[in-house]
Amino acid sequence: MAKSAKSAPDAAQAVRIPVMQKVLDNPFLLLFLGVVIPTVLYIMWGLIELTQIPLAK
Amino acid sequence: MSVATAETGIIGGIAAKFRTCPATGLKIDLAAEKLIKANAVAAVVFLLIGGLFGLLVALTRWPAVHLLPSDWFYLVLTAHGLDVLLLWILFFEIAVLYFASAVLLSCRLATPRLAWLAFLLMIVGGLMTNVAVLQGESSVMFTSYVPMKAEPHFYLGLILFAVGALVGVMVFFGTLVIARDERTYEGSVPLVTFGAITAAIIAVFTIASGAIILIPTFLWSVGYISHIDTVMYKLIWWGMGHSSQQVNVAAHVAVWYAIIAITVGAKPLSEKVSRTAFFLYILFLQLASAHHLLVEPGLSAEWRIFNTSYALYLAVLGSLIHGMTVPGAIEAAQRKNGFNNGIFEWLRKAPWNNPAFAGMFLSLVMFGFLGGISGVVLGTEQINLILHNTIYVPGHFHATVVAGTTLAFMAITYLLLPLIFQRQVIWPKLAMIQPYLFGIGVAGISLFMMGAGTLGVSRRHWDITFSDATVTFDYPATAFLMMGLNGIFAIVASLGGILYILITVGTVFFGKKVDASNVVASLGPMPEKQVSGAVHEYGSAGTWHLPGTYILVSVFFLSFVLYYFVNWKYLSEVWPLS
Amino acid sequence: MAIHPPEQTIWWNERIERGELVWIGVAFLWGVIMFSMMVYWHIDGKQNLSNEAYRIDPGVFEQRTEEFTKKFTVREDKNTGYPVAKPPAGGDVYMLARLWEWWPMLELEKGQTYRLHLSSLDWQHGFSLQPTNINLQVHPGIMHVVTLTPTETGSFGVVCNEFCGLGHHQMVGRIYVVEAGKSQ
Repeated sequence: MAKSAKSAPDAAQAVRIPVMQKVLDNPFLLLFLGVVIPTVLYIMWGLIELTQIPLAK
Repeated sequence: MSVATAETGIIGGIAAKFRTCPATGLKIDLAAEKLIKANAVAAVVFLLIGGLFGLLVALTRWPAVHLLPSDWFYLVLTAHGLDVLLLWILFFEIAVLYFASAVLLSCRLATPRLAWLAFLLMIVGGLMTNVAVLQGESSVMFTSYVPMKAEPHFYLGLILFAVGALVGVMVFFGTLVIARDERTYEGSVPLVTFGAITAAIIAVFTIASGAIILIPTFLWSVGYISHIDTVMYKLIWWGMGHSSQQVNVAAHVAVWYAIIAITVGAKPLSEKVSRTAFFLYILFLQLASAHHLLVEPGLSAEWRIFNTSYALYLAVLGSLIHGMTVPGAIEAAQRKNGFNNGIFEWLRKAPWNNPAFAGMFLSLVMFGFLGGISGVVLGTEQINLILHNTIYVPGHFHATVVAGTTLAFMAITYLLLPLIFQRQVIWPKLAMIQPYLFGIGVAGISLFMMGAGTLGVSRRHWDITFSDATVTFDYPATAFLMMGLNGIFAIVASLGGILYILITVGTVFFGKKVDASNVVASLGPMPEKQVSGAVHEYGSAGTWHLPGTYILVSVFFLSFVLYYFVNWKYLSEVWPLS
Repeated sequence: MAIHPPEQTIWWNERIERGELVWIGVAFLWGVIMFSMMVYWHIDGKQNLSNEAYRIDPGVFEQRTEEFTKKFTVREDKNTGYPVAKPPAGGDVYMLARLWEWWPMLELEKGQTYRLHLSSLDWQHGFSLQPTNINLQVHPGIMHVVTLTPTETGSFGVVCNEFCGLGHHQMVGRIYVVEAGKSQ
C-alpha cells in the first residue's frame, strides 16, 4: 500500500481495502506465516515423533 | 547508453544514482544494477562448472562409456549437485530478487554495501565448499547424510554461503520497505514482485533450516558434538534441501509472468487468482520436504500424509492455477494482438523465434508435464516405496529444476542482457535455437532417468553391472538402454548449456551497446501485429474466451490422472508389506 | 502487466471468470482425491510402510542378527560363501547393513509373511529389493520392523541405493524365495 489515508485523501482511499488484499500486501505478515507454518507442522511435529521412538526391548 | 539519462536522486536523505530504462520507463538504481550483474555473472560461472560436472556424471552412468573411476565419480557427483543445485540457482535468484524489488519498483536498493557483503560471503562460501569437495575427502553427496563425515570446511563453506544468501534476502525485504515508504509505486506491488516475495519467504525458511542443521554438523565435524541423530538430520536438512527447490518454483513462475509480460504483452488474467496461488505456496509448499522421508523409520503415517500432500495438495493447487493462468494470459494477450483465428492461432503465431518466449514456454510445459506430475506421484506416500532413491528421483528433479527453473532463468537472460547489461545479444540465430537444444536435451535426461528408475535402477550409483561386487544382480536390458539414452541427451543438453554460456559471456563483452534507439529491437522478435499499448485491459475484461488454454489444460489434467493411477497399479503389484 | 502494479487499486474484488473458477474447482477436487487415495490405501491397500521402529544400539543389533543367522543357517551360498538363513514361516527375520554388505542372505517361502528387522551398523544405507522394486531407508541406531509377504519365487537382489562411500556400488545382498515346503 503506497498511501495512507491521511496523506493521500484521493478517491481510491474512500474505498475500504479488503482484508485479504491487505494480508497479501503485507510481506512481513506473509513472512511470518511462511516460516511458522512449516516450522510447526513439518519440523516440530516431525521432531516430536522422532523423540518418541521407543527403545528396543 | 550506460548513464545517458542518469540522475542523482536524493530520497530519504540517501543519495542513489539512477538511469531511466528506455524500454520500460523504470528508474534503475545503478548500485542495484551492478549487484544484479555481479550475481548473474557468478551464477553463470557456477552453471558452467556444475554443468560440466553433470556431463561427466551422465557419461559415467552411460554403461557403454563408464567414463570416470568410482572415486572420481562420487566426487564429481557431489560437486555437480553443489554447483548447479545450490550455487547457480541461488546466485541467479538473488539477482532476480534485486531486479524484482529495486528495478520493478523503481526504487534504490537497500544497503548496497550489505548486498556486496552478501555477495562476497556467497562467493567465499561457495568456493570453500568446492575446494573441500575437490580435495577429495568430502565426497559425501550434496545431502551429506550423517554419520558420513566431510571435512569441516565443507560445512563451513555452506554456512557462509547460506548466511550470505540470507543477507541478500534481507536486502530484498529492506528494499520493499524503502519502496513503500518512499512511495516509488502506487497500490500493490507488481505480480512479478509478489512472486519474488514468495520466493524470498520460502528462502528464509530454507536458510534457517540449513543453519539449524549445518551449524551442529560443522561442530560435529570438528569434534565438539559427539552425535547427530540421523533421521532428525534428514528431517531438518530437507527443510533446506527441498524448500530451496521450492524457492526455485516460486522464482521461475515469477519469471514466467515477467517474460510473457515483456514479450507478448500479457497481463495476469486475474491478480486475485494469481496472487492467491502464490499465497498457497507461501503457506504450504515447504511441507513437501517430507517427500524425502516417506520410507524412513520413526515417522507416523499421519505426519507423512499431511506433509507430503502439502496439506491436502493446496500448494499443488497453486501450481495448477499458474499452469492455467500463464498460458491463459498468453492466449488473451495474443488474441488482442490480433491472432484470434481458430483455437490455436495465438499459440502458432507466438514469438517462437524469441529465445526468451520459447525458453519460457518450454519451461512451462516441461515443468508441468514432466516435473509436476512426476513430483506428485513420487511424493505420494505409498508410491514412494517403489521409487525412493531410484534414479527416478533425479529424473523428476531435472524436469523441475533444470527444465523448469534453469530454462526459465536462461530465457529471462535474453531480456536482462539488453535491459540490465545494455548489450544486444550476439549471434541471434544461435540464441534462437539455444532454448530448444537445451530443452530437448533436458527432456530426454528427465524421461530416461525416470524410465530407468521405474525399472529399479539406483541413483548415485557408479556401476549397475556390479562388475567388482561379490554378490551381483542383473538389471533388465531396457534399463541399460535408458541409461545410454540419458547419456546421449545429456550431451545434447550440454551443447545447449555451452551455447548459452558462450552467448551470454560473448554478449556481455562484445555485444553492441543498447540505447533508446534500439532497445525494443534488442528484446528479440515480438508478435508481428502487436501494437505497443494495445493491451490496456485485463484478460478478464472483454475477450475472456480462451478455448486453446482449456484444451491444453484438459490434456494436462488427463495425463496427470492417468499417470497417477498407473503408478498405483504398479504399486499394487509389488509384495504386500505393512 | 505483471511487471507493473495492478491497475485497479482494489483488485481483490475483481470478478473471477467462470472458466477459471471451474479449473480451480477441478484442481481442488483432484487434490482431495489424491489425498484420500493415501488414506484409503492405509485402510484397504496392501503396500504400506510399517510404523514399527525402535532405537537400538548397533552392537546389540549385530548380536541379534548373528544369533538369528547361527540358528537358522541352512547352507552357504554357492558362489559367495554367504550364510543363507531360512527362518520358520511367519517368524522374525534379521538383515543388517554395513560397509559394504547386506548380511546374511535369506531364504523365504512364497506366500508366507515375515517380520523383517532392518538396521545399519554404520552409515545410512538403502534397501532396494530388485526386481520387485521395494525401497526402504536403513538408519544406524534405529531398527525398522517391516512385515513382508513374498508373492513370487526366485532370486532377488538387495541393492544399496543410499550412497555409502567408495564401496557403495559393491553392496548387494540376496533374498531367495522358494515355494512353501521346498528349498533352493
